[in-house]
Amino acid sequence: MNTKKSAAAALVAALGVTTLAACGGSGDTTADAPAPKTVRLVSHDSFNASEEVLAEFERKTGFTIEVVKSGDAGEAVNKEILTKGNPQGDVFFGVDNTLLSRALDNGIFVPYEAKGLDRVPAALRTDAKHRVTPVDSGDICVNYDKKYFADKKLDPPQTFDDLAKPAYKDLLVVENPERSSPGLGFLLGTAARYGDDGWQDYWTRLKANGVKTVDSWELAYNQEFSGSAGGRKAKGDRPLVVSYASSPPVEVLYSEPQPKDAPTGVSTGTCFRQTEFAGLLDGARNPEGGKLLIDFLISKTFQDDMPLQMFVNPVAADATLPELFTRHGVVIDDPQTMTPEEIARNRDEWIKSWSSLVLK
Amino acid sequence: MVLARPEVDGPTHRRDVRGSAARLGLMVLPVAFFAIFFAWPVASIVERGLRVDGTWRFGGFARTLARPEILDVLWFTLWQALASTALTLLLALPGAYVFARFDFPGKGVLRAVVTVPFVLPTVMVGTAFLALVGRRGLLDELWGVRLDTGVWAILLAHVFFNYAVVVRTVGGLWAQLDPRQEEAARMLGASRWTAWRTVTLPALVPAVGAAALMVFLFTAGSFAVVQILGGPTYSTLETEIYRQTVVRFDLGTAAVLTLVQFAAVGAILAVHARTVRRRETALRLVAPERTARRPRGPGQWTLFGAVLLSIALLIVLPLVVLAERSLDTPEGYGPGYYRALQETDPSGTFLVPLTDTIVNSLQYAVVATGLAVLIGGLAAAALTRRAGRFVRGFDALLMLPLGVSAVTVGFGFLITLDEPPLDLRSSWILVPLAQALVGVPFVVRTMLPVLRAVDDRLREAAAVLGASPLRAWREVDLPLVRRALLIAAGFAFAVSLGEFGATVFIARPDRPTLPVAVARLLGRPGELNYGQAMALSTILMAVCAVSLLLLERLRTDRTSGEF
Repeated sequence: MNTKKSAAAALVAALGVTTLAACGGSGDTTADAPAPKTVRLVSHDSFNASEEVLAEFERKTGFTIEVVKSGDAGEAVNKEILTKGNPQGDVFFGVDNTLLSRALDNGIFVPYEAKGLDRVPAALRTDAKHRVTPVDSGDICVNYDKKYFADKKLDPPQTFDDLAKPAYKDLLVVENPERSSPGLGFLLGTAARYGDDGWQDYWTRLKANGVKTVDSWELAYNQEFSGSAGGRKAKGDRPLVVSYASSPPVEVLYSEPQPKDAPTGVSTGTCFRQTEFAGLLDGARNPEGGKLLIDFLISKTFQDDMPLQMFVNPVAADATLPELFTRHGVVIDDPQTMTPEEIARNRDEWIKSWSSLVLK
Repeated sequence: MVLARPEVDGPTHRRDVRGSAARLGLMVLPVAFFAIFFAWPVASIVERGLRVDGTWRFGGFARTLARPEILDVLWFTLWQALASTALTLLLALPGAYVFARFDFPGKGVLRAVVTVPFVLPTVMVGTAFLALVGRRGLLDELWGVRLDTGVWAILLAHVFFNYAVVVRTVGGLWAQLDPRQEEAARMLGASRWTAWRTVTLPALVPAVGAAALMVFLFTAGSFAVVQILGGPTYSTLETEIYRQTVVRFDLGTAAVLTLVQFAAVGAILAVHARTVRRRETALRLVAPERTARRPRGPGQWTLFGAVLLSIALLIVLPLVVLAERSLDTPEGYGPGYYRALQETDPSGTFLVPLTDTIVNSLQYAVVATGLAVLIGGLAAAALTRRAGRFVRGFDALLMLPLGVSAVTVGFGFLITLDEPPLDLRSSWILVPLAQALVGVPFVVRTMLPVLRAVDDRLREAAAVLGASPLRAWREVDLPLVRRALLIAAGFAFAVSLGEFGATVFIARPDRPTLPVAVARLLGRPGELNYGQAMALSTILMAVCAVSLLLLERLRTDRTSGEF
C-alpha cells in the first residue's frame, strides 16, 4: 500500500469509527432521556438565564434543568401543538399574547397555579384557569437615531400620528408583520390605537409618507436603521425603526467603552405591550419538577436576572430593574394592548389587508 | 472464487447474481437511512396536513392550486431558479475549465475560497451583498450601480452561493479527462471546436447535468436569500411553505405545497436521468496533475484573466467586505472584536466563550461528513452498475432532500422520531443527521459520474483474475474515485459547517455552532454584538477554507503515474 492509499484508508476508517460512535451516542441519549431527576424547559431561541440562577434552582429542588430551544416564537409554539400529548419537555416558556389563543385552543397546557402568583399584577394574569403564568413583558416601540434628529434640529416623533407627518417623510423602516414579531406588534399597536375601522386609513397615510418594509428585525435594525452599530456600518439611512423599548439600554451594554448616553431613543407613544407566558405541558414526564420550575420563573431570583438576559421587563412586583434599565431605558406608561382572543380573531385578516395595502 | 475455472458461461451468470446481491447489500444502509430520516418524517407531516379526523381531504388541492397568490409563488420559484441556474453555469463553467486545465500559483487556495460562500450563514450573505450592491454600496459609489433588493440581487447571490458546485463537480471530472483524446481528434483533422464538441463535451455532459441539477434544486429551494434580498414582495415555494407552516400553521396548504414540490423535483430528476444516462460512457481518466498546465497564448490568458476577475468581483469582494467590517472597531482598525470573542459575554448569554463554537461546529461537521460519505458512498457504489428501474428510482430519491423544504423535514422529525428508541428530538445526533441528509446527495452526485466513467472491463478483468467484489472495488474503483470522494467529503463538510436551519433549533444551548452564534449575535442591538458577529463569520470563512485545503492536501502525497 502506498502513502496515498493508506491516507485514504485512514480517512475511511476514521469516518467509519465516528459514525459508529455517533450511533452509539444516540442510543445512550435516548435511553436515559426520561431520567426522573431532570426537568426540561422548552423555549424559543431568545431564552437565556445566567448559569448561577439555573444552578440555584438545581440546588434548591434537586432537579437538573435542561433547556431545549425550539426555534423562533411562532415555530416553538407550533411545535408544541404538533407534539401535543408527547411534548419535548415539561414546561414551555415563551408564548406571548399574539399566539396565546392558538396554544390554549389546542390544549397543550394543564392548569397549575404558581406559588407567588399574587406578586404579579392582576392585569397580566389573563388566564383565569391558570393554564399559563405570565413571566415577562416587553414593549415594541419605534426607536430613533438621536444624532440624526439633533443634527437636523428636529424633534423626534413621539406618537403614531407623528409618524405620518410630512416632517418625518421617508424616515421609518418597519418589519413585515407576517414574518416578524415586532412587525406584528407594531401592526397590532396601530389597530389598537385606531380601531378596526381606522388602522387601514392610518397605514395609507404611513405609506404615502414613505414607510419602508423589510422582512426581519435584523435587516431593519442592522441594515436600514442609521442609529444602530450595524446600521451605521451598513450606511443605513432610516433614523426611525420598529424595535423594543429595551433596545437603547442594550446598545449601551454592548459598547466598549459604554457611552454616557444611549445613541438611540424611544418614541413612547408608539408602543405595543407583549406579555410572555409559561405553562406546564400536557403529557410532561416530570410534572412535579415542571411545577417547581414555573414557581421559579416568577421567583425574585429569576425575575431579577431576566432583564439583562432577555431584555424584557419582570412581572413580579418585588423584582428590581438593573441600573442599566433605569438609567438608559424608559418606562412606557400607556402602551397599546389587545386581548389574545381579539388578536386570534383578527390576526390573519389584518395581515392580509395589510399586505395588499402596504406591499402591493 | 477459485482462480482458474474452465467454464465460460457459469461464472458470468453466477457473478451477475452475486453482483445484484452485493448491490442490495450495499443499499441496505442508505435505504434505511433515507426511509427513517427523510421519507417517514415527511410522509407523516404531509399526512397530518391532509388527513383531518381520520379522513383524507384532497379537495384542498384544487382550491390551493387555483389561488392566484400560490400560482405567483410557483411561477416565481420556477423562473428565478432557471435563471439562477443558467447564470451560474454561464459564469462558473469557464471557472471550472480554468481550475481543471490551468496550472497557476495559489490554485488550491482559490479553489477553497470559492467554496467559502457555501458555508456562510445566509444572513451574512445578505449583509455582504447589500454592502456590495445596495444603497451606497461599493458598486453604487463606483459606478452608480444599485441593485438594492430585487431579482438581480437574488440571482447574483445565487451565483455567489453555487459557483463552487459547478467548479467542483464539473471541474473535478474535467481535470481527469485525458487531453490526448482531444489532441488525437485534432491530429486527425478536426478543428479545435469540433474536437472539443465531439470528444470533451459528451464526456462532460453528465457532470454538467449533475451540477445544473444541484444548482436548480438549491435555488428553487432558496429560502434566506430570497427572504433577505427579495424583500417582502418575492416568495418562493420554500418561503411559502415556511409561511404556511410556521406563521399561519395551515398544515393542509403546506402539505399540498410539499407534494407540489415533490412532483416538481421528481419530474426534474426523471428528465435529468433520461438525458444523462444516454450519454454516460466509460472514459479514460488520468491524474489531474497531468492535465493542467500554464495558460498559453492570448486566448487562454484572456479567459484566465476574465475568470479571475469574475471570481474577484463576485466572490472575493463580498467576503472581503465582511472581513473588513470585523476589523472596523470604534477605535479604528484592529482585532478588538476578535479579542472580545474570548471574553465572557457581559450578560452571560453564551455559557461558553464564543471561540468554543468553532470546536462545536467542527465536531458536528466531522460526524455529519462521516455519515454522508458512508451513506452516499455506499449508495454510489450500489448505483454504479447498470441497473434496473428500481435502483434508478432510488438514485433519484436520494436527491429529494435537496429539493424538499427543511421546515417540512424538521416538523416531520418532531412527530415521528419521538418514541424510544428513536426519541431523538433533543439528542445532539439530530444535528449531524439532518446535516448529512443534505450532504448525501453531494457525495452521490460527485462520485457517480466518476464511478460510471470507470471502464467496466477493468472490474471484469479483476474479477476474472480472482478478485472478490470488495477487492475489485478497492483495486479498481477506489484509486480512481479517491479524488471524487475527497471533493464530496469537502462538500459535505462545508454544508455541515454552515448548516443553520436544522441546527438552530436542535443544537443544545450550551453547544452553539458558529452560524447559530452569529445569528444570535445579530439578533440583538449593540456595537459589540454586531462586531463579534462579523468576527465570527470571518472565522467561519477561515475555518472552512483551511478545512477544505487540508482535505485537498490529503491527495498531494501521491506517487504520480499511478493510473
